[in-house]
Amino acid sequence: MIVMENVYFTYPNGVEALRGIDLKIEDGEFIAIMGQNGAGKTTLVKHMNGLLKPTRGRVLVDDVETTKVSVAKLARKVGLVFQNPDHQLFSETVEDEIRFALKNFGFDEETIKKRVDWALNLLDLERYRNVSPFMLSGGERKRVALASVLAWDPSIIILDEPTIGQDYRQKERLRQFIMQLNQQGKTIIIVTHDVEFVAECSPKILLMREGKIIAEGEAREILTDEPLLYQASISMPEIAKIFKKLSALGLPSKVIDLYEAANILYERLSDIR
Amino acid sequence: MSIFDGFKFRSESSPIHEMDPRAKFIYVCILFSSAIIFNNIIPLLILFLIQMPIVLLAKVQREWLRSMKASAFFATLIFAMNFLSLYFYAGHETICSITERSAAMTMRFLVLIQTFSIFFLTTSPDMLGLALEQSGIPYEICFAFTTAVRFVPVLAEEAQTIIDAQRARGLELERGNIIRRIRNYIPILIPLIVNAIRRSMELAETMESRAWGAVKNRTNLYALRIKGRDILLIASSFVILIILSIYLDLHSGPINNSDDALLNRRLRLVARIIKIKRGILTFRLRGCKRPFEYAEHPRLDGYS
Amino acid sequence: MELAIIEAKDLTYTYPTGDRPAFKDVNLKIDEGEFIIITGPSGCGKTTLCRCFNGLIPHFYGGRLEGEIKVCGLNVKENPIHKIARHVGMVFQNPENQLFALSVEKDVAFGLENLGVPREEIRRRVDWALKITGVYDLRHRAPHELSGGQQQRVAIASVLAMNPKVIVLDEPTSFIDPLGAEQIFQVINSLNSDLGITTILVEHRLDLISKYADRMIVMNEGKIILDGDPREVLTSDEARLIGVGIPKATLLYKALKAKGISLDGPPLSSDEACKLIAEAMSK
Repeated sequence: MIVMENVYFTYPNGVEALRGIDLKIEDGEFIAIMGQNGAGKTTLVKHMNGLLKPTRGRVLVDDVETTKVSVAKLARKVGLVFQNPDHQLFSETVEDEIRFALKNFGFDEETIKKRVDWALNLLDLERYRNVSPFMLSGGERKRVALASVLAWDPSIIILDEPTIGQDYRQKERLRQFIMQLNQQGKTIIIVTHDVEFVAECSPKILLMREGKIIAEGEAREILTDEPLLYQASISMPEIAKIFKKLSALGLPSKVIDLYEAANILYERLSDIR
Repeated sequence: MSIFDGFKFRSESSPIHEMDPRAKFIYVCILFSSAIIFNNIIPLLILFLIQMPIVLLAKVQREWLRSMKASAFFATLIFAMNFLSLYFYAGHETICSITERSAAMTMRFLVLIQTFSIFFLTTSPDMLGLALEQSGIPYEICFAFTTAVRFVPVLAEEAQTIIDAQRARGLELERGNIIRRIRNYIPILIPLIVNAIRRSMELAETMESRAWGAVKNRTNLYALRIKGRDILLIASSFVILIILSIYLDLHSGPINNSDDALLNRRLRLVARIIKIKRGILTFRLRGCKRPFEYAEHPRLDGYS
Repeated sequence: MELAIIEAKDLTYTYPTGDRPAFKDVNLKIDEGEFIIITGPSGCGKTTLCRCFNGLIPHFYGGRLEGEIKVCGLNVKENPIHKIARHVGMVFQNPENQLFALSVEKDVAFGLENLGVPREEIRRRVDWALKITGVYDLRHRAPHELSGGQQQRVAIASVLAMNPKVIVLDEPTSFIDPLGAEQIFQVINSLNSDLGITTILVEHRLDLISKYADRMIVMNEGKIILDGDPREVLTSDEARLIGVGIPKATLLYKALKAKGISLDGPPLSSDEACKLIAEAMSK
């Protein structure tokens, strides 16, 4: 469980990135943090594993204040997958890359072996076990970065902009994978501005603007609230746009899912026929 | 890091900021040479004080103060080292003279810091790049320079991100003995270097795509012009140098120790340098691609 | 007979370190003034193909280019990049690595300086390009201070200033947020519709841009699989099987069709879909 109480954070160069954040994330939740670039999303999640400490207020992970524990200890519980895998990859083989964190956390050799096998299989990377990560394509490198974080089995997984540069298939796979992890009990937090992806996953949404949380709620509610989205500088998902414009015709206005939309329209149009 | 603050460009609107970097560079060279040539405390002190109006005119007094404070440590060190070495090895000198000499060395250090500081505080990297271009330095080198400056903040940010990413995987930089700590930096250096290489490949692609190398003589959106005040700056620098040389020559006694002979030799060297520099100056000004404007015609009385 | 502005015959390319061709037997004809979207899954060869349009392949990347390709009348294999770059501009994915000067203005001027254009002409063209892409007010700013969307528009301005006949954009909105992406797409569309520049856009995000395109090409595993009207391409079975990011509006249309409801269409954008549904409901 992550709790933030009245958290303020100012960078050394004077920029105030967080201005009074209060939130509580329960175990097993699936949350999307959305907002414009510069709203403070990445700053926020960096507080969750202790990389940043608040200048005012408290951050508690499982009832322990982040200022009292090292980043390494917090990272054991909170895995953060950075946006650009090239900021992480440095090993000679994919296997070494996955071992890196496991070694840092002090797992014994036998456990390391098992975990490496498991992570490679989970993300379909077994055939690249002995390949240099630099030889892989962009999408594959993203999977290696993800595998290296999942390997140590953190209970909270944070993904920073996981869909950038991914094609349709890769996004589909990622979506299913994330939902699977969530069903297994992991707390999943994604930082993203990809509205379509969020509309398909339908998590709980935290909207940020200029260092504050301006809204918190179900995807269906938030992604159909035009003035709210405008404030956060996010566009509406396409399906929601269509239904918003058709609301004058008596259609429900809070639709974000494609299949739900198709069903509603089917019923209406076949009634007419 | 505060000593570096005194060398980072600070944007202000002041006549000094708007001066041609080449003029400022000549000013720096002259003052640098003067600081090296003169051994006595008086001329060095004059050199230090005479730059104060420039600092104020450029509105960079806060940064100047910061760099002075930061150099205080080294200044004291230099003073102490000079004092002690003179005390123990040049036994025939008086305490007064030793103090004077050590103070002179310290002042020389401060003058150098101050001169370079003024230059870098008031010259933006792109003006500097432009000055390099127009001074005849091959464009490739100027381009490498400005691009490097452009990407310094980007690389700094990237380094921080990489450190964060690896710490988030349990890397503890502060742990372990010295060997372990050095090895801890490998997961940071490798991504940094690899990304720098990748970035330069992408830059090269972009350059090629914008017709790099299409034409032998590149043209330029901007052009630096030498204006009246630039000539004024250069002229004033020479004048200072000459006045100091004259002053010292008038105040030096008979040549009865090696020190004064050295000084005399240096003064003659100064005279030669002035003649050469005037020659270079005229040459450089002629080399400008655009005609320049004079506010007043400089009159440099030769000293011989 | 209208000469195609880009013509490729049996084009095959293998990277120097590659064991298989990145794309094979590509036959393509692009007419002046067309707006083409090239899409397909990662690794299908679309990025590699568009590098051939300005000579980066083969001159920058090396490797083996077989077949023929002519761009603006120039044989790509026989002409250096800087010659082709006068006519074909390219905008890349990462905005940060396309800006290397210390001010926006100087960056936009870069290409013109390389071409030896006289100063007054550079000034004129730079101001013009900055105004068209909507970044004129940012002209004295440093690139590091700009948002991703602004940076990418500066990159487009830098290319535009060179007055190319063709502009190729390789996934320009990958790193940009949706609102910034929308702005960029509008600029790209105006380049084609207002200035008549042949536009080739490689993209995954098709929701916002499909409505502007004249033609859509889908590649997969190094081959061109589909090439034609966007409406036909996006509703085809192959597009679905290959895994193209079909716009939601089009998917909705298809879903309804599968249930037996036929709308006029297919729509390529949410606005179009709205109109069609409203029509159907008023019947």
